[in-house]
Amino acid sequence: MGGMLEFDDIQHILLTRAPALSGRYEFLSFRNPAGGRAWLSAIAEKVKSASTMQASVDQDKSWVTVAFTWNGLRALGLDEASLATFPDEFRHGMVARAEMLGDTGENHPNRWVGGLASADLHAIAILFARSAADRERSECEHESLVARCDGVEVLSALDLEATPPFDYAHDHFGYRDRLSQPVIEGTGEVPTPGSGAPLQPGEFILGYQDESGPPVGLPQPDILSRNGSYMAYRRLQEHVGKFRSFLCEHGKTPEEQELIAAKLMGRWRSGAPLVLAPEKDDPALGADPQRNNDFNYKQMDPHGYAVPLGSHMRRMNPRDTAHSMNRRRMIRRGATYGPHLPEGAPEDGVERGIAAFVICASLIRQFEFAQNVWVNDLNFHELGNERDPIIGTQDGTLEFKIPRRPIRRKITGLPAFTTVRGGAYFFLPGLKALRYLAALGNIRQPGFRIEREPS
Amino acid sequence: MTSATSGEKQQDWTQPAAMVVPKGGFFQDRVEQGRYGPIFPKTPSCYGFSIIAKIIPGREPVFYEYARNIEKAVAAQPEVLAVLKLHYLRWNLFEIKGETYFQYMGIFDTDFDKYTEDAIGIFTASGLNTVFENLEGFPKDWKTNASAFIKFVRDHQRPSFLEYGEYPFVSADEIKKALKLKAAFSNMLDQMQ
Repeated sequence: MGGMLEFDDIQHILLTRAPALSGRYEFLSFRNPAGGRAWLSAIAEKVKSASTMQASVDQDKSWVTVAFTWNGLRALGLDEASLATFPDEFRHGMVARAEMLGDTGENHPNRWVGGLASADLHAIAILFARSAADRERSECEHESLVARCDGVEVLSALDLEATPPFDYAHDHFGYRDRLSQPVIEGTGEVPTPGSGAPLQPGEFILGYQDESGPPVGLPQPDILSRNGSYMAYRRLQEHVGKFRSFLCEHGKTPEEQELIAAKLMGRWRSGAPLVLAPEKDDPALGADPQRNNDFNYKQMDPHGYAVPLGSHMRRMNPRDTAHSMNRRRMIRRGATYGPHLPEGAPEDGVERGIAAFVICASLIRQFEFAQNVWVNDLNFHELGNERDPIIGTQDGTLEFKIPRRPIRRKITGLPAFTTVRGGAYFFLPGLKALRYLAALGNIRQPGFRIEREPS
Repeated sequence: MTSATSGEKQQDWTQPAAMVVPKGGFFQDRVEQGRYGPIFPKTPSCYGFSIIAKIIPGREPVFYEYARNIEKAVAAQPEVLAVLKLHYLRWNLFEIKGETYFQYMGIFDTDFDKYTEDAIGIFTASGLNTVFENLEGFPKDWKTNASAFIKFVRDHQRPSFLEYGEYPFVSADEIKKALKLKAAFSNMLDQMQ
């Protein structure tokens, strides 16, 4: 086990980001195993590995990723012995983990949309596309494939669109995105200054050495887990009207409002980090990858005078102020959905937000830890009565403290700027594993055997 | 649940408090779920555990050797246990009917569930594993099997039925901040002479 990364077997989404401005997620259910496998056999041909993606990305118009829930693996006909080798949190699914994740109140799975809370959710097809026209083409192709496969049903779908302006990635609140992503050892990618050394691939890809040693406890058989990963899907509605009113309420001038927005995030909306630009926005800094991630907290901002201890960025990546940081990193992919709400326009009640994936080798150690401790622990950094101001579970009773000399500023009754509208845990198999799953109904399964850890 | 938890936080530290803990260790109407299972509640004496387990016969010398090592490790690297957000740890060995038992009690500011993986890392780094590996039934694959490790801890946890705090719910960090403030004030007064 371990060794060189098998780029030709790893689904491209793990290692590369498609240059997509449009896309669609289709959530599927398999009413019979043979139909599900027929769908998988056909669509697996469209799923690019990291290496084919690299070769063809400039010509490509659309990209396909497929992943399965635990119920989905069973629905394809995977046997019980193999199903039992998957980790508990994945087997139980995101709905069963809701309370621990903070998916309560308005965020409760009972209120989720699109059938995502249902045990019938079996698979996702992620269709990313260069343009809306390319997406339509991809969607039509997929529609006719589904129609050809007996018992395959689309539970729901979500259309994705980048929000204007299109020259850089940002969410509906206007925050620049994709600024801090871990780099994997062996990919040749060079981390930007401040991003830390490349991490062992096993932190994100099953079957490789991770930051604590050789891989252990992998789902069986090996062919199924090798080069796979897990994805936590989150559909987060962003309440843009409420967010903008909040800024107006707490900042007298546009400059003060921008500063409040920056304090909630830890960066100006331009992406410029507060540690490096504490008083005034610096858009050139925000756009410069050689500089926009080059900071720490312990030496540069121990008390949070620049970046509040409870801000979103400081929670999601506490950098040098957390233990075992390299065991908690995550890869983020995803896109925005819903129409842009122009500046100055009143809230129109239309749902808009982010539909994102957190990719990691261990949901419990990486995604669930971040959600349970960093995002929702009231006492993170001894804050006492705070959760993540952007994605934490907020019910209007909590506060947000902004360290400031001589006396900190405390905002009480923080509203919820986001609501979880759906989510799921998916297993993202490697390409060989996709073919293995597609061939499950065949009489002899090549190379199948259950391996156990020696005890 | 949010308001209950934040209510606890706002309890008056000047008023000592005692709390009865139901049999089994949980308040059944408000059990908080952690990643690895239900979380034992916070009381006026913060979070804590009391793990009691039988040692493998004849292994006592390992425990005393371990004690000397921990003393040295903390002296050399005072931050070694920081991630556990501890107040106190106590280790005991005692006999019942000729068999030796080990008791490990900790009082800390976070529920054990939250930093489980960090704790396992510290077990290796601080050599704490050397005593646990000499307890009967401790899983041999604990380093890579967080669930088995946690199961052992939970199976051997003896929840208290009553807890008391002279300054309830106050964290070790808050205490250290108060002492630092006091020291800073004395220093300031010295400078004013």
